[in-house]
Amino acid sequence: MNCTDDEIMLHALIDGELDAGHARTVEAHVASCPACAQKLSAFRSMRAAMAQANLKERAPAHLRSRVEQALPASSGRIIRPAQFSQPSRRTFFGGFAAGAAVSGAIAASLVLSVFRTDQEQTVADEIVSAHIRSLQPGHLMDVATSDQHTVKPWFDGKVDVAPPVIDLTAEGFTLVGGRLDYVDGEPVACVVYQRRKHIINLFVAQRLGTGHANVKARTVQGYNVRNWSNQGLDFWAVSDLNPQELGEFVQKISAALAAPGSS
Amino acid sequence: MADDAHDEHDDKARRFRDAALPHLDDVYTLARYLMLDAADAEDAVQECYLRALRHFDSYRGPAMKPWLLAILRNVCNAEFARRRKQAASSDQFDEPADETPPIWQEPQLSPESALLRQQDGDTIRQLVAGLPPPFREAIVLREINDLTYQEIAEISGVPVGTVMSRIARARSMLRWAWNAAEGAPPGTLR
Repeated sequence: MNCTDDEIMLHALIDGELDAGHARTVEAHVASCPACAQKLSAFRSMRAAMAQANLKERAPAHLRSRVEQALPASSGRIIRPAQFSQPSRRTFFGGFAAGAAVSGAIAASLVLSVFRTDQEQTVADEIVSAHIRSLQPGHLMDVATSDQHTVKPWFDGKVDVAPPVIDLTAEGFTLVGGRLDYVDGEPVACVVYQRRKHIINLFVAQRLGTGHANVKARTVQGYNVRNWSNQGLDFWAVSDLNPQELGEFVQKISAALAAPGSS
Repeated sequence: MADDAHDEHDDKARRFRDAALPHLDDVYTLARYLMLDAADAEDAVQECYLRALRHFDSYRGPAMKPWLLAILRNVCNAEFARRRKQAASSDQFDEPADETPPIWQEPQLSPESALLRQQDGDTIRQLVAGLPPPFREAIVLREINDLTYQEIAEISGVPVGTVMSRIARARSMLRWAWNAAEGAPPGTLR
């Protein structure tokens, strides 16, 4: 990073939106650049002043009761907006209802499709956070070995599943070890692979927000993520590896799981 | 059967109240900053809650707050669109079509100081309210509704990169206006 970069990274740093690697890069630049240090300090002061000013509005009591009355009464009778005895002020939303009902429905369905996969997305965010944590020095592995027969017993008693530990060295994915991780407060087995310089974390647990056999691909904070279910276990693979090779990794794992006598 | 139906309604209504009403202050706050008028904001909030209830069956948790704020934003934008259509001759409610702020120009010689003037809450509210719509929306969702970039991106229907640049620009404009506004001189703290 240098000063000709725009200020976006400073703001992402202030907002805690950078992963550890990028945060270090930005902080290192700020440490050596008085101009950016000054900006960062001013923006931080401004943010603190806004927080202190308590800008969140309190909904007035009459609005709260108006909304509560508009919602269905406990009798179960749904009160439709048209039944309101109190005519709405001016023609504010009357016009909306008549004129934009169709576009409103489209907009609502867009909103819903965005949020339907929320739960899975939340797990995906957690998984990526765990992946980023694991990249900190000394955090990647609890047991470092390329021997699958060492990694697998290591998990015994630490997690309530026996995660399949598959040696894919011959396929170009080196097994480097295993780790006990926590996702959403629950212990989760994590098997660590490496392809060239790229670490792949394969998280395995009984219930980890997946529940579908097809492999779903997504990108979170620039990391490629794949998740799927197999034999009652949820799998999440995360890496900065390119999507093609991560897809290949997932295929190899799935093929090995399907083969008799696997793991 | 009718009783069952009623129970179901009761249950749905109760679940909706429990899930949605705790976010009333957040929804109202965003409505105030988007509509810039207290009475308009109240109408928007009511419409938002009614619409959210209608779609509550297909709602999948767990993030209720951003879901409600997304609906609120749609309600407000639909209202702005309606007004534009109704009063095409008036540019009173026109929002800028692109992201170039109409009034705010990035000043060449800005009163940028490492120190910040002390401003009271009302002044800060006015400064935020003075930002052009997309920047105002982004900064309110970030600083006041306390959402992540990803959540803001989903609400505003833009990529995360756009959210990042909007927030950076919003803060730059705000900082300039902040120090330009009357207030205690830079650096004085109370």
